[in-house]
Amino acid sequence: MLLLHCPYCGVDAEETELSPGGEAHLTRHGPGASDDDFHDYLFTRENPRGVHFDRWRHAHGCGKWFHAARCTQTLEVFGTYSAQTSAPPQKICDAISKKRPGWSWRDLS
Amino acid sequence: MSDAKSALNNASFDGIARVEECGLQGMITLRGDLGSEGMSKAVKDAVGQGMPGQREVKVEGDTGAIWMSPDELLLLVPHARADETCASLAETLRGEHALAVNVSDARALFRVSGSPAREVMGKLAPVDFAPGAFEPGHIRRSRMAQVSAAFWMDDAESFRIICFRSTADYVFKLLKAAAQPGSAVKYYA
Repeated sequence: MLLLHCPYCGVDAEETELSPGGEAHLTRHGPGASDDDFHDYLFTRENPRGVHFDRWRHAHGCGKWFHAARCTQTLEVFGTYSAQTSAPPQKICDAISKKRPGWSWRDLS
Repeated sequence: MSDAKSALNNASFDGIARVEECGLQGMITLRGDLGSEGMSKAVKDAVGQGMPGQREVKVEGDTGAIWMSPDELLLLVPHARADETCASLAETLRGEHALAVNVSDARALFRVSGSPAREVMGKLAPVDFAPGAFEPGHIRRSRMAQVSAAFWMDDAESFRIICFRSTADYVFKLLKAAAQPGSAVKYYA
């Protein structure tokens, strides 16, 4: 069970009032992109054991999307942040580094 | 106009707490930039209240303003006034990026009252209802069992709950079950 802090309405929402939105920070490759890019956009996912970033929607609450940084192994939550960004803010990366030195996720570390 | 009826026609139930459907209530969804001056003025004109802050409820009786999300409010007005209020909001907000819609007949409103009211709510929603954590003046949008709901407290012993009209019967049954005589667990006592 996850308790995620919704950055928009400021409540610590329990997992069951949220809906999961899959992996965070995907680059959308649409019309005109190469088949490989489009394939990766559709199908290639990280599936890590450890630090992971994903999207959530406060579906039964304020209805807003946001991002969460968490550990898939321990369900520890490192922080949540706005959806209006294409990379996690430094504050979140620092919080992860503190608890999981040497972490990496895609090209972040 | 046709004869408006609320979802459950003021059905009520007395258990450890009293559960009642509140009947017709005008509700207007207002979306836009809540920080703008025009919006504050529109809210003031419509319901006579200042702009509610994050998760704040400013309601007296059947009139007031409720914070729903960073760009959304729910205005409560008497049911008969909902349409004209909507029209005057649209007029006040002309030129602003905002939207006012009368959703009165798409929602249902319940009241749970009595000293175990916190307990009845606590059985149904994943929210901390302990005194101090949830108090009159707070709004929380969450779920009750399987459906979305929004609730706030009018005073220390009564809640009002808004849900979709299509789930009104479900919510009423949930509340009845949670308020069943003999079902007190005294968790918040």
